[in-house]
Amino acid sequence: MTRLPDFHAAKWDEPVIYEIGRQGARGQIFDAPEKRVADAVGTDLIPHAMSRKDTPDLPEITEFEAQRHFLHLSQMTLGMMGISLFGTCTMKYNSKAAEFATLRPELAEVHPFQHPDTLQGVLEIIHDFDGILQNLSGMDQFIFQAGGGADAAYTMATVARAYWADKGMLGQRTEMVTSVQAHPCNPATAAAAGFDVVNLPLEENGYPYLEALKAAVSEKTALIMINNPDDMGIYNPEIKEWTRIAKEAGALCFYDHANFNGVMGKLSARELGFDACMFMLHKTFGAPKAGGGPAVGAFGCTAQLAPYVPGPVVVKEGDSYILDEDRSKSTGKVREYWGNVPQVVKAYAWARAMGAEGINLASDISVVANNYMDKKLAEIPGLEISNPDNGAWRMEMTRWSLGPLTEETGVSTVHFANRMADYGIDPYWMSHEPWIVAEPFTPEAGELWSKEDIDTWIAVIAKIAKEARENPDMVKSAPHNQPVAQAKGDAFEDPAKWAMTWRAYQRKVIGDETKKGVA
Amino acid sequence: MTERDLSHPWMANSAPGALKAMMDEIGVSSPREVFQQIPEDHFRTTPLDLPPQLSSELALRRDLVGKLKKNGDCETNLSFLGAGVWQHHVPAVVDEIVGRTEFATNVWGSYQSDHGRNQAWFEFSSQLGALLNLEVVQLPVYSWGCAIGHAIRMAARITGRSKVLLPRLSDPERLSVIRTYCKPEGMAGRIEIVLVDADPTSGRMDLNDLKSKLGSDIAAVYFENPAYLGTIETEAAEIAQAARAVGAETIVGVDPISLGVMTAPGDYGADIVTGPVQPLGVHMQCGGGAGGWIASRDEETYVTQYNGFLVSIVETIQEGQHAFGLACPHQNSYGMRENGNDWTGNSTYLWAIAGAVYMSLLGPQGFQEVGTLIVSKARYAAKKLDAIPGVKIVWPDTTFKEFVVNFDDTGKSVAEINDALRGQGIFGGKDISGEVESLGQSALYCVTEIHSADDIDRLVDTLKEIVQ
Ligand SMILES: Cc1ncc(COP(=O)(O)O)c(C=O)c1O
Repeated sequence: MTRLPDFHAAKWDEPVIYEIGRQGARGQIFDAPEKRVADAVGTDLIPHAMSRKDTPDLPEITEFEAQRHFLHLSQMTLGMMGISLFGTCTMKYNSKAAEFATLRPELAEVHPFQHPDTLQGVLEIIHDFDGILQNLSGMDQFIFQAGGGADAAYTMATVARAYWADKGMLGQRTEMVTSVQAHPCNPATAAAAGFDVVNLPLEENGYPYLEALKAAVSEKTALIMINNPDDMGIYNPEIKEWTRIAKEAGALCFYDHANFNGVMGKLSARELGFDACMFMLHKTFGAPKAGGGPAVGAFGCTAQLAPYVPGPVVVKEGDSYILDEDRSKSTGKVREYWGNVPQVVKAYAWARAMGAEGINLASDISVVANNYMDKKLAEIPGLEISNPDNGAWRMEMTRWSLGPLTEETGVSTVHFANRMADYGIDPYWMSHEPWIVAEPFTPEAGELWSKEDIDTWIAVIAKIAKEARENPDMVKSAPHNQPVAQAKGDAFEDPAKWAMTWRAYQRKVIGDETKKGVA
Repeated sequence: MTERDLSHPWMANSAPGALKAMMDEIGVSSPREVFQQIPEDHFRTTPLDLPPQLSSELALRRDLVGKLKKNGDCETNLSFLGAGVWQHHVPAVVDEIVGRTEFATNVWGSYQSDHGRNQAWFEFSSQLGALLNLEVVQLPVYSWGCAIGHAIRMAARITGRSKVLLPRLSDPERLSVIRTYCKPEGMAGRIEIVLVDADPTSGRMDLNDLKSKLGSDIAAVYFENPAYLGTIETEAAEIAQAARAVGAETIVGVDPISLGVMTAPGDYGADIVTGPVQPLGVHMQCGGGAGGWIASRDEETYVTQYNGFLVSIVETIQEGQHAFGLACPHQNSYGMRENGNDWTGNSTYLWAIAGAVYMSLLGPQGFQEVGTLIVSKARYAAKKLDAIPGVKIVWPDTTFKEFVVNFDDTGKSVAEINDALRGQGIFGGKDISGEVESLGQSALYCVTEIHSADDIDRLVDTLKEIVQ
């Protein structure tokens, strides 16, 4: 029997930072300007209309108090300190060696507008990593400007705009075709870029009918955006037909390759017929997620689309590396500068540390581990796999449903997730909207976690399912071992109650506009 | 190769026998069997050809550090580069906190298991709101340019109009991003960008030109304070008033490190405010420290138009306790896909934590001091540079930390001068020659609290020699 952790989270009962400190306390001091500076410039420096008269209402605490406060907050963040089989995000070890390399002044204190002669090291890394991603995908050019996976999808939409404008067909190619199962960022970024979104429904085998795709694409289609495998763990075996059909209609084909972990080393986006793809460096390539970025969506494309990508592009000329900004067909920038460079360096470090053999082994492990997990989960009553008729081994993650358990006990997937944290296990990912199965959850084991970790995780799921039957109210009121109890959700949607700053809270909830809240 | 050879420090199940144990349990004899969904002709035909594996940390470190050491950096060299990425002091405690593995590795749990992080996020918004005198602050999106892009799109949705006014003297880097967000000609829902002239004597917005372009078709006026070229917009309140008079929104971009000494934008009529997070305790990182926040008054009209994460303090089911979670979570693309407000995803939220720590360390006095220090040193540098024969400050005494230095009368180009400076271990200001025709051979210099008077004197002495 797997032993369940007897866990309790740190509970510091930490005040909001405004509630600590005292008037005049200092956390940082800046000396007055040197005498010769002050003598030369005087003190009346900001034009009167713009010179601040009030004192900003900031906390006044010592350096130690700031350190202790935020250390307490870090300790009240579970953040992979337990076991996180968080599907769709591929939880990885984030190398400290790579992290520490990026903290060196040779990267941390580097300015993107330095002369390229002083940027050769970082440009070399970016160039080499571009080569690694080209090899993994078959694409001809990668750029790293996009600040996340969604931003890489947006990059695709803007590249498609530039491409069709160049062909004089922007007014005709107005549609983007995708599936209802695609990550929301694909339809959302295409819409924000100005395309009309066509969503294909899923059929019983888990992906849209080829016939539906054929009916959807036309001379109006600018591009298709699709991920494969999807978050159910289902691989669309007709994907080569998809790219063929879309291309016959003249459309560009974008592969949201975020779910890459189970197929890395196995597939080539180019060989499957795609014109472009994106990888999430903060997912598959070992860069940390940091609670939502800084992140990188690496955008890769064929030589045909390369002239349209946002600049600059890192190019090797002879023995040196340059930033090529002079690209007349380029769509505009999607973000300033050339990307979250430290994350690119960390991803490069991941790819180097893994090598081809490590990457191939990791995809093997990811898919085997997921199916091992599926087998064990299937033994727990009340759980149901998505697309139960698809008897094939799943890819690197699987969408599950707690529907039967919820019907039996009233314990929902949200309750269940809340309860997991009581065992020091990170609450699982449920599903993107719309929920295709009832009370969903989506585990993904990846290559990081040990079989023992997976066994513990499953044992916790089994335990909570048992608790749901024996003591549903206890589960519904969970968590019980966490820093705080369940949040009351009503305020989140109530303009009279929501408070996005301490000041708004003072005004609305405490009902005192002047109260500063220093305890 | 035997299994032994593949054991890797980052993969528990690469240890001998571990993978096989799981395969035995599910009854497969080769990993390839579990890939049964993938048709045979989908597997890649070309084997991977990657550089050799560096599974030893020592070897990996040697490779990384060896490459990075080929860079020149702004610690070894004396740098006056700014223009969207600025060298400021990063307190050591900020580095410690953002380096905490809990903060670095977390993804998304429950409001309870993420409690500490969510509180830190709320404290970022709270403190920044205090600097801005505004009550709603969204966690930072990818960059300042992206924040401006979203803010303009918010204004277009709020007003139902599709034309915006921006200063002609805008940062080309940010402007390029903004143009992307506003969409090119011929695209559905395009927002047209009209540039407003600058007053050539001050670099500030030309109010006559602004007023001639303001009308009932304008969704928003955007300006920065301090502006791209460092100038302080003294007529901000008048601009906001003129915009409001035609029903347009006023969007302002501010540098948060200026707000100990400069008026809070909430006090001069700004409706939506944006700015960079990088000055608040984030290293430059080659531009990887970028992030941009959006703020406004606490009014439903604005709150319902945000695209990303708004963190609210709420009660818990336990009397007297509070927690933190997302307000209006369904209006973004996670909740509504293509029908949400723009889109969202992984962003730059770690920098919200950096900012929270930074602002709490500085407090009101720290912001006052650092603002005074910056403007004093920048003015000192400008004065001394202006005294060099042939070197001229374009808009003296009207700037915060950045200012335009013109070299026309030296007979040398900025490129030549910067090459010579670099030879002496100095990174001159960003070459803006060609960006604005009337400015000739000019560079945008940035001076901050990290520059000592000696640093500035060294620049001045070196430049004197170069331009002689
Ligand atoms: C399939 C897929 N596409 C796109 C994304 C979006 O990535 P990001 O959150 O970095 O914007 C995700 C996020 O996990 C994803 O799983």
